[in-house]
Amino acid sequence: MPVQGYMYPNEIELAWSVLIVLYPFITGLVAGAFILASLERVFRVDEVKPTYRLALLTALAFLLVAPLPLQLHLGHPERSFEMYLTPHRTSAMAMFGFVYLWYLMAVLVLEIWLDYRRDIVLLSQRAKGVLRIIYKVLTLGSSNISEAALRVDDRAGYIVTVIGIPSAFLLHGYVGFIFGSVKANPWWSSPMMPVVFLFSAMVSGIAVVMLLYMLSCRFRKQEVDMRCVDTIAHYLFYTFLIDFGLEMLDLVHRIYEADESFRSLDFMVHTRLYMSQVVGQIYLGTLAPIALLALTQLLKFGEKTRKRIYAVAGSLTLIGIFAMRWNVVIGGQLFSKSFLGYTTYKVGFVAREGLLAAIFLTLLPFVILWVLVKLLPPWPKHEPVAQGGEVAVQGDD
Amino acid sequence: MNMTRRQVLMLLPAAAVAWEAVLAGTPEAAPNYKTTEHWWGMLVDISKCIGCGNCVRACAAENNVPEGYFRTWVERYHVSDYDLADPVVDSPDGGKEGFPLLAETGGKNFFVPKMCNHCADSPCTQVCPVGATFVTPDGVVLVDKQYCIGCRYCIQACPYGCRFLNPKTQTAEKCTLCYHRITKGLTTACCEACPTGARQLADLKNPNDPIHAFLRTHTVQVLKPHMATGAKVFYNDLDGSVR
Amino acid sequence: MSRFKDSEHLLRVALVFGVGIIAFVVVRTLLVPRSFGEFGHYRGNAIAEIAAQPVQFAGHQACEACHSDIVEMKNAGKHAGVNCEACHGALAKHTEDPGTVQPMKLNTAILCVRCHEVNGARPKSFPQIVAKEHNGGDLPCETCHQPHSPLLVPGAKP
Repeated sequence: MPVQGYMYPNEIELAWSVLIVLYPFITGLVAGAFILASLERVFRVDEVKPTYRLALLTALAFLLVAPLPLQLHLGHPERSFEMYLTPHRTSAMAMFGFVYLWYLMAVLVLEIWLDYRRDIVLLSQRAKGVLRIIYKVLTLGSSNISEAALRVDDRAGYIVTVIGIPSAFLLHGYVGFIFGSVKANPWWSSPMMPVVFLFSAMVSGIAVVMLLYMLSCRFRKQEVDMRCVDTIAHYLFYTFLIDFGLEMLDLVHRIYEADESFRSLDFMVHTRLYMSQVVGQIYLGTLAPIALLALTQLLKFGEKTRKRIYAVAGSLTLIGIFAMRWNVVIGGQLFSKSFLGYTTYKVGFVAREGLLAAIFLTLLPFVILWVLVKLLPPWPKHEPVAQGGEVAVQGDD
Repeated sequence: MNMTRRQVLMLLPAAAVAWEAVLAGTPEAAPNYKTTEHWWGMLVDISKCIGCGNCVRACAAENNVPEGYFRTWVERYHVSDYDLADPVVDSPDGGKEGFPLLAETGGKNFFVPKMCNHCADSPCTQVCPVGATFVTPDGVVLVDKQYCIGCRYCIQACPYGCRFLNPKTQTAEKCTLCYHRITKGLTTACCEACPTGARQLADLKNPNDPIHAFLRTHTVQVLKPHMATGAKVFYNDLDGSVR
Repeated sequence: MSRFKDSEHLLRVALVFGVGIIAFVVVRTLLVPRSFGEFGHYRGNAIAEIAAQPVQFAGHQACEACHSDIVEMKNAGKHAGVNCEACHGALAKHTEDPGTVQPMKLNTAILCVRCHEVNGARPKSFPQIVAKEHNGGDLPCETCHQPHSPLLVPGAKP
């Protein structure tokens, strides 16, 4: 039986699909990866320097994919530019176009350009064929990589990062507000929603950069900088504790106040949402990685063991944060606003908003990241290059 | 024909009265309609609703509503005793073909027609990112289907569940209070088809509209008043168990 | 001078941004619909477009113009408040072309029970029957009742 109890007739079919789950997951990774990068740039946490450029490229790769699930979901994607023409100032969603464009161009692309400019100029002189043209365009016509110019870049990059941190908060925080400001939906309506979204974003972003760094070291046959990953894991652990604390606060508050929606939501969490919420998000996705990370903080493990623990904890974290997005978006639509019934989410496979599209959009950022890493290598020259025909680059070390 | 000025002056009032009579019966009264002179709402009388489903069928016929979606629907409530928090509610196909015999016995049973409440402080209008849904100057909440991008945020924001995405137009859709009818002096399709007068269109700005006297002499409520939506569909005899 | 030389590339970035912003403003001015903002944050023309939707139900005033005899009979009985199209369906097309477009013949055995069959939640004061007990379930209601004024037809079998 798809419907249990009573649902308003128009509520039976879910309006927001798995693609809308994917969107906050992706922007969360963007914000989180950027915050990790800013740790080095603004807060001078030198230990995480090896991941700085990788974090920026990761953020860019995911940001480029971010609008795609939304476009695929819209009834009229060809009209989506209307958000730029006539944004409705009372709608949090209307912010999207401008916040996205601002973050993409004025923060991320600008910061990457400023940090890579020396390499881009050098590459534009050494590369051949189409690549040469691409690099030449990227130099914007300037080939000044003197010490003074690079100092200017450094200063400018610092300012951009400082502006970028609240911009990253806005990029992902407004998504939390989109849900948190809907008074019609008690699963969503909460002032804590943007905060919870942000902290879970930071957790997922830190985890993904940590995993990608370890993976890239494997591909490049390089030693993992243990001081780096230990520090990242450290930040992951404490951010996760805050995130978990916030989620528990919401839960305890709901149980204690037990308002008119509580019985219905409680039933939903124990039945239709059990696997994704209790098992997926809480046990596997939060408690397990926190416990694993806590172990590494409390006990001394060898390098190999630590790497394994970080890999497992990081992967579980990503699953857990995806589950959290799922539980918010899908969970918020599984129960009736009459509090008298429940429906089911039927996700198609090959459909426009089906699983296949979601899987494709999840994998696409990694493909883009691979291209970006080839175009703008994050690591210095003395590292062996993976493929022939590549131009090695003098990184700033 | 030669008319003296006096004859014309005498004929004018008669002509005006005749013209009014013509206008009242014809759908061509649109050019005289001024949005600022009206503030639309509706009165639903629970004590009169018999759950025949005429309104649901009439709305679907008038507005080409797709199968499986509802601009209006009827719910049947069974309240067993003092437990107002646990009514048994059903709405088979929105009540479109009426209702089968109620399985539960005893208790208190009644019908509740539902529709868009044309909220004065409409939350769906607030969240539309592009301005495709709006409140007209005469108080009707409409959707511009040429402009709607189909993001479904309004559907999420409506506390009453009255909106849906039209699968053919891929735009948000809901009750329009038969705007194309009420601006021509007709009543809504659901009110026209209701056999017991349980649904009545109300022009809150018209001092002669019977709703004013009704509101003064009856116990009325709106749905989900705690949401402060400024709902303009008033329910007479609405029980506390209604969601 | 040399200080400017070392920041010159930043000016190029600013130029790119400047061009982008100008292009955005120009495109925006061209694409926003003319009537947008006329009455509020929406396309003003939408109101007229929506109001122009064709009407399917004529409304009872239209029926009364030609069928005054039926209306008179209806007003004398219990169905005085029941509008014509409540039973006869949407008939605006019939009022536009009465000769060609004829209303469907109604089957009272199906039509009447929609309102008058007991379903457990109808108001107690509303006349309702259990069709099986009342007329065997399939006897057309009009055998004994005149639909426009549903008193028993004199002389009919009870």
